[in-house]
Amino acid sequence: MTVPAPHAGAAPRVVLAEADIDRALTRIAHEILEANKGSSDLVLLGIPRRGFPLAQRLARRIGAVDPSIDPRAITGQLDVTMYRDDLQRNPTRPPRATQLPPTGIDEKVVVLVDDVLYSGRTIRAALDALADLGRPRIVRLAVLVDRGHRELPIRADHVGKNLPTSSAERVRVHLEEIDTVAGRPVNEVVIEGGA
Amino acid sequence: MKHLLSTHDLALHDALRLLDTAEEMAAVGEREIKKLPALRGRTVVNLFYEDSTRTRISFEAAAKRLSADVINFAAKGSSVSKGESLKDTAQTLEAMSADAVVIRHPASGAPARLAASGWIDAAVLNAGDGTHEHPTQALLDAFTLRRHWAKVAGTGSPGSDLTGMRVLIVGDILHSRVARSNVWLLKTLGAEVTLVGPPTLLPVGVDTWPCTVRYNLDEALADRPDAVMMLRLQAERMNAAFFPSTREYSRRWGFDDARLAALDTLGLGDTVIMHPGPMNRGLEISAAAADSVRSTVLAQVRNGVSVRMAALYLLLAGGTHDDPAAPAVRENPALSPTKEPAV
Repeated sequence: MTVPAPHAGAAPRVVLAEADIDRALTRIAHEILEANKGSSDLVLLGIPRRGFPLAQRLARRIGAVDPSIDPRAITGQLDVTMYRDDLQRNPTRPPRATQLPPTGIDEKVVVLVDDVLYSGRTIRAALDALADLGRPRIVRLAVLVDRGHRELPIRADHVGKNLPTSSAERVRVHLEEIDTVAGRPVNEVVIEGGA
Repeated sequence: MKHLLSTHDLALHDALRLLDTAEEMAAVGEREIKKLPALRGRTVVNLFYEDSTRTRISFEAAAKRLSADVINFAAKGSSVSKGESLKDTAQTLEAMSADAVVIRHPASGAPARLAASGWIDAAVLNAGDGTHEHPTQALLDAFTLRRHWAKVAGTGSPGSDLTGMRVLIVGDILHSRVARSNVWLLKTLGAEVTLVGPPTLLPVGVDTWPCTVRYNLDEALADRPDAVMMLRLQAERMNAAFFPSTREYSRRWGFDDARLAALDTLGLGDTVIMHPGPMNRGLEISAAAADSVRSTVLAQVRNGVSVRMAALYLLLAGGTHDDPAAPAVRENPALSPTKEPAV
């Protein structure tokens, strides 16, 4: 009896190209404004690493709709490394910077921004981290990709794309602020591996 | 990195990782809730065979801010005074499943013995051993210097090193583990170190260290250093006459008011004065110098907590004690360089 070998080297396939990411972010920016009935008290906190550039892009789009908003003044970064529940299962990872907007987060509407929503454990850690930094009035969640396989009762308020995946696959988000492929900046979401 | 025993064998990337992590820990120290859950359920034992105030409370504060449980152990008032050996004490701690042992010991090499002996499985952090090393003190000094150097250069300190910085270390080099740890670490970070002191207080073999040696403090100051680190005169370790009188020592190698004024005369507006504490005011450093705006003494204490948090976090938070740079660990998809876990 032979066992078929898994497609270990399955070619990565692009599921969101640059234009798709742009459209999804524009729609999310409008959804955020609609859910918040405007831009008052909004704070966008990106979760490192790729949540932060996504938060910056969303803030720029919100600023384009509402010129009274300074995109930089509502954007921050929230590191969750030291709040993870899997710290002891992995080798030590150095923390990244947490930077809050000068207004702080007390009584604000905080939108957490991340690239991929998977088990939900990062978001749980983010909620814990947030509680140590202040008390927002509302916390929402915006993600570029929701790939399912949740392990905690967490859902996103704003989703760029629902992407049914197998847990053997890996979803990779490449953003030009951070990633280069063959020396050139890229914006794409690809799925790798899997059976 | 499983233990932190010395700065001599600390690689540049490990040193920068410690300093960068300390930078994030310092940010935690500035917010309202100064606590992180990273080491919840871990036990840190402070094993102090020698007196200490700031190092012990600094390690204790660091461990508590990371939510670890702390057990303080001072040799005075313990079974050590009944003659218990280091091995038996270590095995007792092992039986209580300590995850980290912070050890200060009058014998050089005691922490290395503890780490290499197999008596105990815990991570060992050297908090000062004899006249050998005091790595966390050197790291907090480097952290303080790096912040100052970045401020002078007008850049951010994370990721940067001390390239081009000129540091004087003045005084009792012979008995100073702080000086030894600083020489290795500051050299690794790219600074130029000059030792200044009376020939009797310089150790044999100092010519093989990666630094310059001078005997005249005023001449060394005229060479425009960026930082002057005064060392404590360790009277408790002095079993011989190393200099004629404390007055003479103070006049020739103490940082007095005249030398403080000389820094202004030389136009060295950005030169800082450091001291690892505890200070002998009026002996190696004058009260005016210790309290001047150039003094970083209190910043050093503050940074000590951040640096020790970083060391405890990096040694203890991970499930394995493996170095993440090791190839075996790199296969872990959670650490893939292009994508953090999509959790």
